[in-house]
Amino acid sequence: MTKFENKASFTRRSVLLGGGALVVSVGAAVSLDTVLSIQQAGAQGAKPPLTPDQLSSYIAVNADGSVSAFFGKMDMGHGLRVAIAQMVAEELDVPFKAVKVFMGDTATSVNQGGASGSTGIHFGGKQMRMAAAEARRVLIEMAAAKLDAAAANMIVVNGVVSDAFNRDKTTSYAELIGGKYFNVQLDWNKKLGNELYAPGKAQPKKPSEYKIVGQPIKREDVAPKVFCQEDFCTDIKVPGMVHGRMIRPAVAGAVPVKVDEASIKDIPGAQVVWDKGFLGVVADKEWDAIKAAQKLRVEWSQVVPPFPNQASLYDHIRKAPVRKSEVEQQNGNVEEVFKTAARVIEAEYEWPFQSHSSMGPACALVEIKDGEVTCWSGTQKSHFVQQGLALTLNVPLDKVRVIWAMGPGSYGRNDADDCAMDAAVLAKAVAKPVRLQYTREQGTGWDPKGPASTHKARAALDVAGKVIAYEFSSKAFSRVDVNTNGGHPWDTLAGHTMGVALKSGDGFGVPAESYAFDNKKLSWETIPPLLDRSSPLRSAHLRDPVGPQIHFASESFIDEVAAAVGADPIEFRLRYIKEPRDVAVIKAAAEKAQWDARPSPRRDQSAGKVSGRGIAYAQRNGTRVAIIAEVDIDRSTGKIWARKFTVAHDCGQIINPDGLVKCIEGNIVQGVSRTLCEEVTFDNKMVTSIDWKTYPILDITETPAQVNVVLINHPELPPTGAGEPSIRPVAAAIANAIFDATGVRIRRVPFSPDRVKQALS
Amino acid sequence: MSQKFILNVNGKAHTVDADPDMPLLYALRNDLGLNNPHFGCGVAQCGACAVHLDGRPINSCVTPLSAVGNAKITTLAGLGTPEKPHPLQTAYIEEQVPQCGYCINGWIMTAAAFLRDNKKPSEAEIKEALSGVKCRCGTHISILKAVKRAAAMMG
Repeated sequence: MTKFENKASFTRRSVLLGGGALVVSVGAAVSLDTVLSIQQAGAQGAKPPLTPDQLSSYIAVNADGSVSAFFGKMDMGHGLRVAIAQMVAEELDVPFKAVKVFMGDTATSVNQGGASGSTGIHFGGKQMRMAAAEARRVLIEMAAAKLDAAAANMIVVNGVVSDAFNRDKTTSYAELIGGKYFNVQLDWNKKLGNELYAPGKAQPKKPSEYKIVGQPIKREDVAPKVFCQEDFCTDIKVPGMVHGRMIRPAVAGAVPVKVDEASIKDIPGAQVVWDKGFLGVVADKEWDAIKAAQKLRVEWSQVVPPFPNQASLYDHIRKAPVRKSEVEQQNGNVEEVFKTAARVIEAEYEWPFQSHSSMGPACALVEIKDGEVTCWSGTQKSHFVQQGLALTLNVPLDKVRVIWAMGPGSYGRNDADDCAMDAAVLAKAVAKPVRLQYTREQGTGWDPKGPASTHKARAALDVAGKVIAYEFSSKAFSRVDVNTNGGHPWDTLAGHTMGVALKSGDGFGVPAESYAFDNKKLSWETIPPLLDRSSPLRSAHLRDPVGPQIHFASESFIDEVAAAVGADPIEFRLRYIKEPRDVAVIKAAAEKAQWDARPSPRRDQSAGKVSGRGIAYAQRNGTRVAIIAEVDIDRSTGKIWARKFTVAHDCGQIINPDGLVKCIEGNIVQGVSRTLCEEVTFDNKMVTSIDWKTYPILDITETPAQVNVVLINHPELPPTGAGEPSIRPVAAAIANAIFDATGVRIRRVPFSPDRVKQALS
Repeated sequence: MSQKFILNVNGKAHTVDADPDMPLLYALRNDLGLNNPHFGCGVAQCGACAVHLDGRPINSCVTPLSAVGNAKITTLAGLGTPEKPHPLQTAYIEEQVPQCGYCINGWIMTAAAFLRDNKKPSEAEIKEALSGVKCRCGTHISILKAVKRAAAMMG
């Protein structure tokens, strides 16, 4: 139902806060009733400003002693909300249930980067931990002063502070500051986004003291979801709201030259919004907006079809001019050593464009009222969308509020930010709140895509079969034709359609591993985008941006070299990997999977149905993962069943082991899908994969029977990310298992039945 | 031209004035204000909009109001409540299934009808019954565990 019917409904949050008033800076006394009032308090100067250097921007103690944590990132479904609450509760010594985490609302949180790069705990949690620790320190000092006791003697149990040597001297967080704001300055590093860090004077707890961190606490958003009590961004409604739909061209790059508004005059309330290439409709009723979008007669400009034929995609990449190249890692002298090689192994790999294809197409609601803009969005980056809306609508940043609400799935820069901008343009044009939802065709066909790529690898061996030099290079579309967020018009379809050209950024990546080859070179090259604006093939971040493609190639290639020297794939890897945590994940996976050490391929490859096992491993920003895949292959159909996975995962300190396992399972299943099923198709005019039939994903009948996860916990280390690392080695593990089973190396994703059958014949 | 329809949803009758061609989904979401089911594809390929029509799972995104007639419509909210949950809802919570959760309707409504008619199904039968329903987050392993758990509860 419509829980956001009007602004007053934000009192719902005060209910969540246990009715407690969230009030004022220490020292000044002004009472406020709701979280929403924080803004008003700020305007009155009663609250410290919502800036990264204020403790009150992260933590507040309510009148009832419960704690509100204001988080500038959000939980896209991995249980981050629970993990953050655990970290905050731990440092503050309050019960887990006393902490409520408010996420991704620009009015209550600072820009911590949104959901981004598996940094929810890595960076976001780190900051919240430090803020909570500082809050505890300040509260203990306040308690010591109040009780006339030494701060060093204070102990805290469930938010109650006592003098350890005189238990009669006791007070509580609620008594000390409940309902008032902290007025405590933090040591902010002056950075926004993922890099934001603002510790106080406090040191966080030692891991040996943890009572809440590390516990398998369950998610609190599951029950509301299964009982239909939680609003997605698609469910939010405001009074006077109309429904919008966008209209996209059949040939990428075409713009409307004639729009026949009379063609929809019979549809009640239907209205056209047309500005250069921007074309949308609104109507009072959603079904009428859908009909209007379908019925509107539009004449489009004639444009030269912009895309190569899909069959020549990889040739296009190979032949395209290099826009930027970068050697990210180099040691020794690769060129010279290759000249001395007794043997050279070479291979090339290819990965297609892939789509986010979120469960539902993006939806956003934008209301512009009295010069103030409010947007509800499923974006991963509300603070950047706030900026994008301010620029798109030409209003000051502080007049825009973006409220994150769970969207229909999100795995990176999907269509959410584009939708927020389009909704804003519609809302401004019709002067009414507009709820815009894209169509399935637009969600799959027009979302920013994971970039297509080619990868070359070569290894020089000496006479003994030792790798004396290794080179790996990718040539690909940039990972960021549009940025990771809709923070600028050039990064959004609304901007493009209204005349702003793409500002394609350059970037790709290299394998993240620790193979200690004496001579090694890892590099990449990017090529220009296929179309300079409004492209359904513009690239952007898709879960583990460029990681699956790079490590499909690099870890397949390591296997090829192992096979070339007749070595067991794990034993071969361990000859060169010296990083102890990398060695540990590989050994843990091997032990759990009861790896049978022998070279690949296996001997008996001729049966109609064959099975094999493969390993792949990767690092990702401090996390390391080793995966063993066991697959069955039906030679007659080319069908692959990735039957069993064993995953050893080390992301440093584990905050919540159960949430982590679920997160890894999702990574594996989505990784299998991307490996076996997913490929954006297109002709020279347009993307042609536009729904679940044309862009199939893994079906439950094809799901792995087992995903066995070995968690390696390092409580003494900082936590790193888990949202993406384990999707990274999936494709290579499967490819290596196929090779083990059949002796055939497949170097192009996806491993569709046709492609596998052809490769095996 | 719009017409009056009386929709029997979760045991209550509602009058809706709408285009006979309008899919049931929009009546449920907008006219009745139910926040489930969801729009996922509009072409009956994913299940996000699934409801029961006289106990049979259908895709409400392609079912026009004119085809609904007097059928009893049950949405996920009508299947069970926190006080009286359906075994699948209980199992979903126990197994902590969803990630984004947008796909829930398709799996639970499809599985509810299947488990009602098929006691003690095999894993292969469960998979076959759920084939075609989409989950993009990749929670299939937990979904399967939850359906098996619910099957045991209902067995």
